[in-house]
Amino acid sequence: MGTTQELENALNALGPKLGGTDGRVSDLKRLSGGASQETWAFDFGPDKGPVEELILRRAPGGVSAARSQAAIGLENEAALIDRAVAAGVPAPRVIHSCEPQDGLGQAFIMNRIAGETIARKILRDDEYATARQKLAAQCGSAAALIHSIDIADVPELPRSMGEDQLAQYEEIYRGFETPRPVFELAIQWLKASVPEAVEPSLVHGDFRLGNLIVDETGLVAVLDWELAHLGDRREDLAWICINSWRFGNSENRVGGFGALGDFLDAYAAAGGVEVTPAEIDWWETLGSFKWGVMCMIMYEAFRSGADPSVERAAIGRRVSETEIDLINLLERVRDA
Amino acid sequence: MHDQPSVSELVAAVRGFISDSAAPQLTGHAAFHARVAINVLDIVLRDLDGRAENDRKETASLAALLDVSADAHSHSEMVRMLCEKLRSSELTLDTPGLLEHLKTTAIAQLEVDQPKYSGLREALGRP
Repeated sequence: MGTTQELENALNALGPKLGGTDGRVSDLKRLSGGASQETWAFDFGPDKGPVEELILRRAPGGVSAARSQAAIGLENEAALIDRAVAAGVPAPRVIHSCEPQDGLGQAFIMNRIAGETIARKILRDDEYATARQKLAAQCGSAAALIHSIDIADVPELPRSMGEDQLAQYEEIYRGFETPRPVFELAIQWLKASVPEAVEPSLVHGDFRLGNLIVDETGLVAVLDWELAHLGDRREDLAWICINSWRFGNSENRVGGFGALGDFLDAYAAAGGVEVTPAEIDWWETLGSFKWGVMCMIMYEAFRSGADPSVERAAIGRRVSETEIDLINLLERVRDA
Repeated sequence: MHDQPSVSELVAAVRGFISDSAAPQLTGHAAFHARVAINVLDIVLRDLDGRAENDRKETASLAALLDVSADAHSHSEMVRMLCEKLRSSELTLDTPGLLEHLKTTAIAQLEVDQPKYSGLREALGRP
């Protein structure tokens, strides 16, 4: 099942669970973005009354096809968002987690939060000028709240610390048998410089622009919890810093909008621990290496014939972006 | 073989057709892929233009770094040798000339692949 009409019928049948027996679904439309999950926007309410603005997040066609082995599934994602909201993280409210009899497949429904997710707009449009000033501190506080969530109190999640990820991505890279000296140097430097271990905490796993809703006041929601895991909190703090996620604004280390000091200060003030820029260097280097290997994986889909699109071919010529980022990072570390 | 039109001229002609004739008639996903295709043809043109000279320079630099004769090894052999020496930590971040070689090579690659990439700007700002 998957036509818009079929979805609308299934959503209408949920009536009371969405807040009223006299409510009807209107304006159901698929939103762009979200390659691995379908995202639909719709309104729900009585014909002439106020409507609730809602989002349906759903596995493609209702059938789970996780974008990576690490993805946690929509049921766990919904439970996790509930926990995050309870902890004070700005995030949507989950209205209903779908069951098989709902006929929507793997899916959940959450409230729709107004704002922007497109990084280039957030970073360039005048509308977000004030938001950009506050965003680094707001993201630091939100990250601290995520990491403060008691891991005994969340659904069972995969565990992946820094060295696990380094080993995992090194293995994938070696499997391609495409020697890249910059990656070899990064791997050896990372292995020789592993920061002191920390206790595992809940890690969002994809904390960056694109997965954050921002309005003119700043951060209003953290989205896309699909890659959440138990891991090293510094992973989230550095992932938003990797140059690929600064969307052209290299000079602002945090997401292309903020200074690392503001971000880490707010993180510590909101209950996170003190994290040093040197720790971010290590995790940012790991992040750029991981993103480089992910680009190789996407190109491999073209090379193997699985996805012959020009877009998959072209991404192979973006691996060099992560090479120059790694060189810039390692040069700074070497000369420090 | 004849070279009129040259490979670059032919690719440029196709690029012009896609950007000026085909792309304006496309919408949605196909329009997106047309833009990607134009970018890819720009990469092809820069690659045709730069590869011979870039490979020559990289090969000479690799031979110097590895202290071998450039005539005795192919380019890909030397890349493999460099990777092995990095993996065994015979060469490290502190090895004189190593990062400079990697940086020069990566800059040349980026100027072909993504000349507008912000990280390239940063690398060129600190030569």
